[in-house]
Amino acid sequence: MKKNVIEVKNLEKYFEVSSGFFSRKKTTVKAVDDITFDIPFGESLGLVGQSGCGKTTTARALCLLDPKTGGEVNFFNNEKSEMESIDDLEGEELKKFRRNIQMIFQDPYESLNPRWTIKDIILEPLNIHNIGDLDEREEAVAEILQTVGLTPPQNYMPRYPHELSGGQRQRVSIARTLIMKPKFVVCDEPTSMLDVSIRISIMDLMLNLAKDLEVSYLYITHDLAVARYMCNRIAVMFNGKIVEIAETEELLNNPVHPYTKRLISSIPVPDPSYDRKVYDINFDELDTLVEKHGSDKPMINIGNEHYVATHDVKGLI
Amino acid sequence: MLKDVLVVKDLNMHYETLAGNVSAVKNVSFSVQEGESFGLVGESGCGKTSVAMSLLQLQADNAKISSGSIKLDGVEMVGMSESELREVRWDGISIVFQGAMNAWNPVIKVGEQIREAIREHYPNNTKVENTEKIASLFKMVGLDSSIMDRFPHELSGGMKQRAVIALALSCDPKLVIADEPTTALDVVIQDQILKEIKKVQELLGLSLIYISHDIAVIAEMTDQMAVMYAGSIVEIGPTDQIFSNPKHAYTRLLLESTPSVVGEKKKLRSLEGEPPSLIGEEISCSFSPRCPDPSDNCKSGNSEMGLIEVAAGHFADKCCVECG
Repeated sequence: MKKNVIEVKNLEKYFEVSSGFFSRKKTTVKAVDDITFDIPFGESLGLVGQSGCGKTTTARALCLLDPKTGGEVNFFNNEKSEMESIDDLEGEELKKFRRNIQMIFQDPYESLNPRWTIKDIILEPLNIHNIGDLDEREEAVAEILQTVGLTPPQNYMPRYPHELSGGQRQRVSIARTLIMKPKFVVCDEPTSMLDVSIRISIMDLMLNLAKDLEVSYLYITHDLAVARYMCNRIAVMFNGKIVEIAETEELLNNPVHPYTKRLISSIPVPDPSYDRKVYDINFDELDTLVEKHGSDKPMINIGNEHYVATHDVKGLI
Repeated sequence: MLKDVLVVKDLNMHYETLAGNVSAVKNVSFSVQEGESFGLVGESGCGKTSVAMSLLQLQADNAKISSGSIKLDGVEMVGMSESELREVRWDGISIVFQGAMNAWNPVIKVGEQIREAIREHYPNNTKVENTEKIASLFKMVGLDSSIMDRFPHELSGGMKQRAVIALALSCDPKLVIADEPTTALDVVIQDQILKEIKKVQELLGLSLIYISHDIAVIAEMTDQMAVMYAGSIVEIGPTDQIFSNPKHAYTRLLLESTPSVVGEKKKLRSLEGEPPSLIGEEISCSFSPRCPDPSDNCKSGNSEMGLIEVAAGHFADKCCVECG
């Protein structure tokens, strides 16, 4: 049995929105609605879907950046060697949890403080968590810079973010994340802002680090081709719900849910002779169906650990 | 034989900066035929957008076209006066800008902004005629005609992009330049927009210049393509020819660094290093420092540059072809 680093059960995140400034009526937006997944140690799960489907909201709920409104999230506690709910964490415990779960953001231009040097940026988590003395911290920074390929570290430590290129900045973000030696990292489209040529080197760096440091990723992206390169399993999200989840190759070769098929059919293929299949669905119709049958039944296993939401009704297309 | 709509020859453009002249476009030559779509691909800063801006002569104030010629239907555009250019823009060549989200004026209704462009070029049209024209344009790009009376903030990203395409088509141009029209959109919307552009292009028999950094999109959208690196075209030819038989090391690296959802899962190769500075004296082969396998001749800077024909209509940089 594989040990899981994180288990998510029926996670919900609802937002209340008032329908107007003077109106008392409130409507609920179900940004994340009843989603369930596990991530084993050292494996990566891709969370794929269109803009606004709730990928980032899920990530923020897992990292306790926005409190969830329902469901359970269990995280592996190293000291007790058992799964522990993240709800009842307080004080020191909570701080320890935050060390183990980190996030890499999408935009390396906005996620680094422009007035801080690279050294300060990477030092900050160590200072907050009060790890080691000053010399040890500095050594750790130099070491991690080397790990992410910013060598020699002495050249980069006194620099400011504006002196670095996009790819180098994203490497700094990764260094800042990994200096806490987390077991689980949420990556929110870390390469979507980068140029094609640098993208692969950042993706390769992350894959190598995952292997060396035994980190698990939750990798958020809208590009299935990127998810295929990065992840062992892929979960497809539509309107706040996971509609299909399977091993990467299994999902790409035998997609079942119409939304998954639509998503796969919309990725351009770098081969002019390849004739991409046209697969169109009516999103409004699908939306009503998902809404109607979404939470009746759990997802079913169709073999090979391939799960599909049960509202996949034939004849939809 | 199809007619050439646009012929660009030995175009050179530079930006004058305090640090020196930045040669953003160097000896670029290509032509686009009637009804053909031509792709320009390369990484950020390689000069793709600078080429597009030179074609319309909408470049920044510090940019100068130092030599070369741009002929639209045989009429030379370099050296035209501003009023002559105003005639050509939108009527002859129009452009779908990068980041169309921000291309709209937020306080004017979308329909009015398109009407403004039409009025400028067809002053004799009546208001009703123009409204009909806009409605038919919207229909062509898959928008409801009621969108005309909406403000840009009321539209989603995909709708705004469709409306920008309608705007680009509003004066029946011969040539449309699409400068990364889908970069800010997610995959499903991108797919819809690409289909829309293709459909409209076939319907109207337009010539299209499609600019992108995504080689997969270029593969699907274009008949002919050019790969740009550091301001120069390093390989140019029919798209399927370049994909099946890439001659330049940079093209090969671009192809090998693009992930795909079909076929075997491949190990991708990354492109190390940074593109060269475009200021000051240039080295003979600009790709040499990043080339995975440069020849001795190339490294020492003695190689000869310039495009040579490797197959019918397929040209690549001489230095790289000789490197193998």
